[in-house]
Amino acid sequence: MSVRHALLALLAEGPKFGLRLQQEFESRTGEVWPLNVGQVYTTLQRLERDGLVESDDEGGDGPQKDFRITAEGRRELTEWLQTPPDTDIPPRDELVIKVLVALRVPGVDVHPVIQAHRRHLVEVMQRYTRVKAEAAEHDLGLALVVDAELFRLEGVVRWLDAADARLGRLEASIDPVPVDLSGTPDRVSGRR
Amino acid sequence: MTAMLELRGVSKVYGSGPTEVNALQDIDLSVDRGEMVAVMGPSGSGKSTLLTIAGSLEEATSGDVLVDGSELRAMSADDRARLRRRSIGYVFQDFNLLAGLTATENVALPLELDGYQSSVAHATGLEMLRTLGLADRASSFPDDLSGGERQRVAIARAMVGNRRLLLADEPSGALDSVNGEAVMRLLRDACKRGMAGVVVTHDAQLAAWADRVVFLRDGRMVDHTPPPPTPDSLLSGPEE
Repeated sequence: MSVRHALLALLAEGPKFGLRLQQEFESRTGEVWPLNVGQVYTTLQRLERDGLVESDDEGGDGPQKDFRITAEGRRELTEWLQTPPDTDIPPRDELVIKVLVALRVPGVDVHPVIQAHRRHLVEVMQRYTRVKAEAAEHDLGLALVVDAELFRLEGVVRWLDAADARLGRLEASIDPVPVDLSGTPDRVSGRR
Repeated sequence: MTAMLELRGVSKVYGSGPTEVNALQDIDLSVDRGEMVAVMGPSGSGKSTLLTIAGSLEEATSGDVLVDGSELRAMSADDRARLRRRSIGYVFQDFNLLAGLTATENVALPLELDGYQSSVAHATGLEMLRTLGLADRASSFPDDLSGGERQRVAIARAMVGNRRLLLADEPSGALDSVNGEAVMRLLRDACKRGMAGVVVTHDAQLAAWADRVVFLRDGRMVDHTPPPPTPDSLLSGPEE
């Protein structure tokens, strides 16, 4: 999430001072992303240095100092909205790495590893869903932020489900003999 | 408090000898009034079998099933049928509405089968549709309703009368995500108003609407999420 562009978007509606920008940022993202006021002022200073916003000099550096977006700032904002986020390079996903490692470590059954992550993700999804369930139905900002997170987490759960199913199919066809060294609690084995 | 639904050591075996399949093995599950539990697992994990046994549509091979404190095995077939008609509501993925009946008639049907006067059953059915925001669709036939509306009618039918146990099998499987969410909201509200709910699904987004999620794998309950946190910890991160 680019704080820089979020502030430009809020200033595109009209001049605002720092504290108000912080409050609006939080309320419009369903207060899911907290932002401290210091970060707002640092970002505003950089935006001003780059000529994307300007402020009243008379107000000094007080909290009531108004900031305005410049024409250059509007151009930057429009361009940013249409620029796809960087999704070309797959991130080094820690979860994928853990499952791959679990496959190689002798004595570790990968199914309980997958299930531990699945349970954790579903718990996080339950937390987000409760936030959505208890929010006012017209709170669009919150619904969109929570949905985005839920779809992302669901994607990870589906990857775990697919990994589980692939492994199950493989085990059914080659009948491996894993050695249990770990005494992992609540072992879940697909084999009988 | 007595649980509305209780499964104690429930197993279900289909077939015998080399074709024997252990669909459920030693399942313990308790669901209270006001609580919604999701059962999550892949295809073939035993989710639907669990639901049909909980709803007395099928009998367990071993173990006990108690609905509102009464053991199903100890009841006569007639008593079980009455329990199904009066106390248990079912919601299925494909809605299962009768095409020749209007929305109100579909909702009123379980009451009429249970001997209610037709006019009383219809008034009660209409009231339930109104509660679910479907009053203006009361006279429509299922074919004239959208998928989301059909499922809301099916939920109204599952809640009508004094039903206490709500059993749903992939209740929003055929709907888009926004309609699916509306369905889950209704089921959640029904449980908040005092029903006990069990929803089986493979979909984590749907399961996340439940107070508790239990995980099935190869007919065994392998894991579950903890009960919901207190209200003031809703926005906090996972515990350290």
